[in-house]
Amino acid sequence: MTEHDENSAGWRSPKRVVGTPSPAESRYTLGQAEPPSPKTPVIEGVEPRDEGKGAERVVALCFLITFLAGIAFIVFYVMFQVGTIEKAQISNLALGGTLALALLALATGVTVWVRAIMPKYHLVQERHPLVSDEATRDEVGSTFLQGAAESGIPKRRLLRRTLLLAVAPLGLLPLVLLKDLGPLPGTVLRHTVWGKKTKEGKERRLIIEGTGNPIRAANFNSPGGILSVVPEGYEHDLNELAKSTLILIKFRPEELKAGTNKNWTVDGIVAYSKICTHVGCPTALYEQTTHHILCPCHQSTFDATDGARVIFGPAARPLPQLPLGLDAEGYLVAKGDFPVPPGPSFWERGDAEAEVRAKGGHA
Amino acid sequence: MKSITARRRHPLARYAVLFLALLLFGGGYAFLAPVGGKADASIAQGANAVDDIAEGKKIFEATCASCHGVNAEGTAMGPSLIGVGAASVDFQISTGRMPAAAPAAQMPRKAIAPVFELPLDQRKPGQPTIDTKKVAQVAAFIQSLGGGPTVPTDADVDPATGNAAKGGELFRANCIQCHNFVGSGGALTGGKHAPDLGKASAKEIYEAMITGPQAMPVFNDSVITPQEKRDMIAYILAVQNQPHPGGASLGVIGPVTEGLAAWVVGIGLLVLAAIWITAKRRQVND
Repeated sequence: MTEHDENSAGWRSPKRVVGTPSPAESRYTLGQAEPPSPKTPVIEGVEPRDEGKGAERVVALCFLITFLAGIAFIVFYVMFQVGTIEKAQISNLALGGTLALALLALATGVTVWVRAIMPKYHLVQERHPLVSDEATRDEVGSTFLQGAAESGIPKRRLLRRTLLLAVAPLGLLPLVLLKDLGPLPGTVLRHTVWGKKTKEGKERRLIIEGTGNPIRAANFNSPGGILSVVPEGYEHDLNELAKSTLILIKFRPEELKAGTNKNWTVDGIVAYSKICTHVGCPTALYEQTTHHILCPCHQSTFDATDGARVIFGPAARPLPQLPLGLDAEGYLVAKGDFPVPPGPSFWERGDAEAEVRAKGGHA
Repeated sequence: MKSITARRRHPLARYAVLFLALLLFGGGYAFLAPVGGKADASIAQGANAVDDIAEGKKIFEATCASCHGVNAEGTAMGPSLIGVGAASVDFQISTGRMPAAAPAAQMPRKAIAPVFELPLDQRKPGQPTIDTKKVAQVAAFIQSLGGGPTVPTDADVDPATGNAAKGGELFRANCIQCHNFVGSGGALTGGKHAPDLGKASAKEIYEAMITGPQAMPVFNDSVITPQEKRDMIAYILAVQNQPHPGGASLGVIGPVTEGLAAWVVGIGLLVLAAIWITAKRRQVND
């Protein structure tokens, strides 16, 4: 500690540093040298601790464990090579386990050190009101009012109004910049590729998700069958699949009820959107005994025989039905787009069902 | 005993008890939770002979007719079995679902009914106790009524000829909505559920796909080919045998159990640690 520091400490350093004993209880503040004492000084309010031999051994043991676990981490890193899933799993377990043990033992050791070896005492921390004194506040208030009066803001109406006019566009600037966040969605949410012909000008076939094969209606002939279906040419286009994935269900024709548009079915095969009309989860839990389609997210339940009418849960609309037909080779194709936008509601959707019905269509 | 009495009023004693209770329940569950066994798929094929049909009709009348009707035409208690096929009979009996113990929303997998078990003197240690001949006879009788899917051969269901990676893709497209991504099963409506596939054999999986037992839809061979079915079987058997080096799979049902473990055990431990770090030592003169 230099001479200069010692002199300046009188006015520069605060009377008491947070975390140190208050002068009332301790005679020593930070920056002052303690008198050399062979024994632990006896200070009022401070519990003198024993030399902490037992605790010292515990802390040392913890640090030793950390050391060993750290070494083990390096050893295991070399020992367990990865390459297959099973090997990576073993490597993860060994590396994660040793690292966790090392950090846990280190933290335990430090905590025991603080709790059992360092001295313990009550600390009173003084708090003062944050508010300034009366004179200062009056001074600030009168200065402000004087400045306002001198600027003439209350009187000079022209200046006041042109100033407000000047800053108004600056406040609107961020709103204009929002447009650069991306292109507007336009009508992409209303339409799917099912409504478009393929590049060859043919009607778009239904493709089994996973196998990539088109579906011959005569082969999909077991009542109670269900398939997850994607549009031909868009089997891996996730943006498109998010709205155009279908579930295809085979019924005995007599099972279908009035809610289903039978003109859009082929021999008891019905296609519904797989995207739940609630918040867009894939709803494909199909029970062939009850003909319920259940959404796994919020348990919306649809009656598959009756136009996917909602019979339970938070969904507000049935799953849209896709018009199905056959092409010349007997494969299932889409005869057009969904009559209403599939999936959950969005701002510009409006009452699409009512619009379709007003035009005499089947929603 | 004396030392426990002395320490039970220790300020940390209640947290220690809480911690021990958590440890006991968590560890106890991990220890007691059923570990997936494997049923044997090698059920011999029965010849579709006339005496088998006659023999099967006798067993059917004694065991199944009370619910399914004398001619398998169905009653208020059970559905018609005309046209369900031999594969359906083999699946339902060999998984213990039929004969049913009591009417319920869904028949659970259970031990094979005693009537379809081998007599005690014919059982071999380590071999399944199912009487494959009796099952095949009933299957032959049902098959004779109205056709339907037949029992697949061992070659039909051989997972060695399937591609597990391709099967995983198909499984994720068609099955996980009900059965979960590793086949742990899940809930359906009205008390029904999609069962855990952990105990299913290759043959049972194949039969379930072609027959659509209970609420399960049908995946017939003309849309999901036998090769694609073998791919899926290879995937399911691969995940069944997947090791869990961490020790606890937590049921592999996803965020529910994992979140519960993280919140209860993980955050519980953190809270205990925070209490330990900041706890005051009780002072005698306070």
